[in-house]
Amino acid sequence: MHDVAIHDDSKGQYFWVWGALLALTAVEVWLGYRQIFQPVHMLEVLLGLSVVKSALIIAYFMHLKFEIALMRWLLVCSVVACFIIMYFFFFPDAGRILRLGVH
Amino acid sequence: MADATLEHNAVGHGIPGAYEAPLFGAYSKKVGMWLFLASDSLTFGALLVAFSYNRISNPAWPTPFAVESITNASIMTACLLSSSLTMVLAVFAAQRKDRAWTRNWLLATMAFGTAFIVLHGREWTHLIHEGMTPFTNPWAPSVPQFGGTFFTLTGMHMLHVTIGVIYLGVIALRKKFLPILAALWIAGYFLIPTDSVFHYGIHVLGIGLIVATVILFLKPKDYDAHDVEVSGLYWHFVDLVWMFIFPLVYLMSTKIV
Repeated sequence: MHDVAIHDDSKGQYFWVWGALLALTAVEVWLGYRQIFQPVHMLEVLLGLSVVKSALIIAYFMHLKFEIALMRWLLVCSVVACFIIMYFFFFPDAGRILRLGVH
Repeated sequence: MADATLEHNAVGHGIPGAYEAPLFGAYSKKVGMWLFLASDSLTFGALLVAFSYNRISNPAWPTPFAVESITNASIMTACLLSSSLTMVLAVFAAQRKDRAWTRNWLLATMAFGTAFIVLHGREWTHLIHEGMTPFTNPWAPSVPQFGGTFFTLTGMHMLHVTIGVIYLGVIALRKKFLPILAALWIAGYFLIPTDSVFHYGIHVLGIGLIVATVILFLKPKDYDAHDVEVSGLYWHFVDLVWMFIFPLVYLMSTKIV
């Protein structure tokens, strides 16, 4: 049983995670300027990239990867469940309003 | 009920007595902070979903953020990501009981956080000078909610960053931070022009000063690795929220010439 999340990994991996986060940010900026997708799909792509960045921050910087499985799964599943509920309630309705042409 | 308890050596507290095994394998301060962050993530989640809903369902949504704004926001993102890295290094230093480097990395984290706030304040001032208010905007009069959603979302986040910087200052410097915070508050009040929204917004530092004073005098303690780790959790959460705000607010409203 540990109190502070002590682990044997080196500091090097945190620099790699930092670099990956900066690289993903650069990809997002590039996508924003290219406007490759329509707004609805652009939002989904950017949200997907944001979820990947958040997962890296939560797992490595917040050390959730090194906590016991119960804490990991309880936190991740509860927050993901809430966001899925919010997403599936609101986003289809937003798309419906767009198609109806209601302003 | 010996099988339901652990000897104190097993949990490493060094305090005589037997303790029950913690449910989540972590000390109570950490569990408490995770619970708070879970609730705060729902607050930001609701704001982000409401913003996204407005953005998708409104084809006339303005796109006012030109290259300068996106560059500014990208630098702000880099500042926050770098501050998360320095926060991790502060936690490592605290774990090996290196007080000097714990303080140094915490101060570096605060510096990046302050840079973020200053850049964001400049962005707000620029948009307000262009005519944006919580109720109107000059780019799309048919979308009055653009200003309100922008200022609410980014203002809420800026408030969290400000509180985070004060929190880290208390952990890093303890009572020595109080006169620094007081000086920043007073200097900000007199130096920021009265027509700027931050002339009144600077009073957040005054409220922070009162709360920090009460905490530091009511419960003086030597902050240890646990406290640094818990403050780090809050700081990373603030960074995490910006990972959603930056693309949704700025990149979805980029001015493409």
